[in-house]
Amino acid sequence: MGYKIVIADDEPNIVVTLEFLLEQEGYDFVVARDGKEALEQVEAFDPDLILLDIMLPEINGYEVCQKLRENPKFKNLKIILLTAKGRQVEIAKGLALGADAYITKPFSTKNLVQEIRTLLEQEA
Amino acid sequence: MRSKLTFGPLFLVVVIVVFIIIATSLAGFLATLSAEEYIFFSRLLEKRVAFPVLSTILVIAVIGYSLHLLFQKYINPLRRLVEETVIISTVNPKHRIEQTGSKETQQLTNIINSFADQYQQLQDDIKGKIRHANKEIEEEKNRLAALMSELTQGVLVCNIEGQILLYNKLARSILSPPGTNSRSNGNGAFIGLGRSIFSLIDRNLIIHALEKAQQRLHKQKHALSSFVSHLPAGQLARFQMIPVLDHSGELNGFILTCEDITRRVEVENHRDLVLQSLTEGMRASLGSIRAAIETILEYPRMEEERRKKFKRIIREESVKLGDLLDESIKDYSRYLKSQWPLEDIQSDDLLVAIKKRFESKFDVKVNIRFLPEPIWLKIDSYSILQALAFVMNHLHANFGIDSVTLQFQPDAKFAKLQLLWQGTPCNTEILRKWENQALVMDGQGSPLTLKDVIERHSSELWCRYDEENKTAYFSLLLPVTKPETELVVEARRESRPEFYDFDLFNRQDQKPELESADLAELSYVVFDTETTGLNPSDGDEIISIGAVRIVNGKILYNETFDQLIDPRRRISTQSRQITGIDPAMLEGQPTIDRVLPRFHNYVENSVLVAHNAAFDMRFLQLKEKSTGIKFTNPILDTLLLSAIIHPNQDQHNLESIARRLGITIFGRHTALGDAIVTAEVFLKLISLLKEKNITTFGRAQEAARESWYARIKY
Repeated sequence: MGYKIVIADDEPNIVVTLEFLLEQEGYDFVVARDGKEALEQVEAFDPDLILLDIMLPEINGYEVCQKLRENPKFKNLKIILLTAKGRQVEIAKGLALGADAYITKPFSTKNLVQEIRTLLEQEA
Repeated sequence: MRSKLTFGPLFLVVVIVVFIIIATSLAGFLATLSAEEYIFFSRLLEKRVAFPVLSTILVIAVIGYSLHLLFQKYINPLRRLVEETVIISTVNPKHRIEQTGSKETQQLTNIINSFADQYQQLQDDIKGKIRHANKEIEEEKNRLAALMSELTQGVLVCNIEGQILLYNKLARSILSPPGTNSRSNGNGAFIGLGRSIFSLIDRNLIIHALEKAQQRLHKQKHALSSFVSHLPAGQLARFQMIPVLDHSGELNGFILTCEDITRRVEVENHRDLVLQSLTEGMRASLGSIRAAIETILEYPRMEEERRKKFKRIIREESVKLGDLLDESIKDYSRYLKSQWPLEDIQSDDLLVAIKKRFESKFDVKVNIRFLPEPIWLKIDSYSILQALAFVMNHLHANFGIDSVTLQFQPDAKFAKLQLLWQGTPCNTEILRKWENQALVMDGQGSPLTLKDVIERHSSELWCRYDEENKTAYFSLLLPVTKPETELVVEARRESRPEFYDFDLFNRQDQKPELESADLAELSYVVFDTETTGLNPSDGDEIISIGAVRIVNGKILYNETFDQLIDPRRRISTQSRQITGIDPAMLEGQPTIDRVLPRFHNYVENSVLVAHNAAFDMRFLQLKEKSTGIKFTNPILDTLLLSAIIHPNQDQHNLESIARRLGITIFGRHTALGDAIVTAEVFLKLISLLKEKNITTFGRAQEAARESWYARIKY
């Protein structure tokens, strides 16, 4: 279907799995290892969705999320915060900053894939 | 006051009167003479004029001498007699009058002295009775004071104006820690009876808490409210407030309990931090594991290479999880360890405790060698006991040691605790093995290892064997400390510390006109300075300030100010001899510009009192420009007050006054020592002034001014 996705995570072990899952779904994707790279990749790759970790080097995920939401160019970009930060206040902050979904690690791969699908189809 | 009879005017009056009498009788005599007789008499007088002149001079001399005798023998001794009788009957019943003057005055002196003996006896009897009656109350008070000082919470009682009526040691150490009122440069506020709580805690916080408490009171609930405040010295304290009501139910004060929660909050914060990073780390790793395993399950037909990759991820992340847990626990326990409380214990007490423990647990004979002079240790005695019992257990069980000796060897920073036994050496390998074992015996003990305990005390241990006398030495270094220093001032008082004064509950605020304020009710700071020399304008400087407070007519021996000062110049030999302060003592002491702001805080809202205040004030005034600190407090001078009371005494130096008023002098010529003597003198002077009807500050100042002029004229 040709959806494009950016994976922004500095944990190689989770990235391996995410890559596999997206590949199985037939999405096109790139990986960013820190917050700065994530912003650059979004700019260059113009994805439909970003899987965004919060504890990223350089610029943290909250900030990336906020920057993306402030830019009208990415109005339609879907943001999924995929993070080990699981406290209520953190979830509330993530959603308040404009994330479309907040998924805490550990997560069910099935649910993640389902969530990605739902969000991408919403756009269509 | 009646004007006083003095020699000069009286002499003049008597001479004039005598001459008027002679002149009158002469005039009468001349008036009765006939003209011839008169001429004859005049001629006679012209020729023999020397006789009347001589006899006139003689008469004047006789009058002068008798008057002098009168003063010498009767009037002056009588006056002194009056003054000294007042001393006996008011402040110093032990005072006895020296015999001077005429026989009659001497007799009178004798009579007064023997009256004084009886009076003193009577007073002693009464005092004894009162003492007896007070003993029980005193005991109660002591119990209360002891209880207060042992409480694990700081306690403060304040009246509605926020004046402190009671505080315990802990409250003082929390609100006004020693660092801020001894040598530090901090300008910390002082805690003290009669001082305002608002200089220590934000007024609004207290008012808010009081309002909350009152609201709860109105709703018939338990009237307790609590708040947390940052203190000026940087700590965090939790306060609880209970309002105090008078019999009519009106608020007239409050009780505050406080506890320093800085540490606890730190520990809690740290624990939270550890917990949070643990959670997040676990989530991340679990996330990777779950995603990998679910992927393997979801896609059974993935190629082998990929599957292997996922399995490797699972192993890696599981190991990471384990490490994370270990790390967190270690981190937290390391932190907890650093929070162990260390206490002060004497070396002898520790030795006895170890002996007891050994003998109750093992079948061993313990011999103790006490130090001639026990030393103070700062340790966690419980864990040290456990550690030693653990070692003894091994020695006993593995080597069959059944007789040991315990001894201390002091060093500057450490005390070496040694455990000696005969025969079996103990090598490094064994010791290392022991070090890492948990201190558990018979299923009891703690999860700590010997090493933990050693690390906790920043200490070391080792074992050595002396071939010559076949003795093994197990040595453990323990940190030493100085015992809590007792103030010299406190040492001379056997009474309980004056940490409270409930009379302040009913005292009105000290605002009303100072002029009409009752001398007995004012708050005073009595102070003294020691200096490099006597000429401030020639650059002499203050080297020590000592001060003590008087509140509600009581000297607060616990709230002293005692500070040496580096004068940044030579001290004269004379001053060195008088004060006993040598330059080495002043090295590293703060300079005057650092001390004056603190002293200024200390004297806040008080009347300053000093002996020969002009001298001390001159030194302070000369510093106004450079430090910007102005002492505008009202001032009273014990020298002048003494002169008001005893104008006929020649000596008004501190020592003579103190002796006259029956005050024992300790440690003179330290600033604090002199300040305390001055304070005691001052209190006696206040009651003597009352005899003279001088009860207000205004009257005292006025009288002091008069006596000052009197002295100047003299």
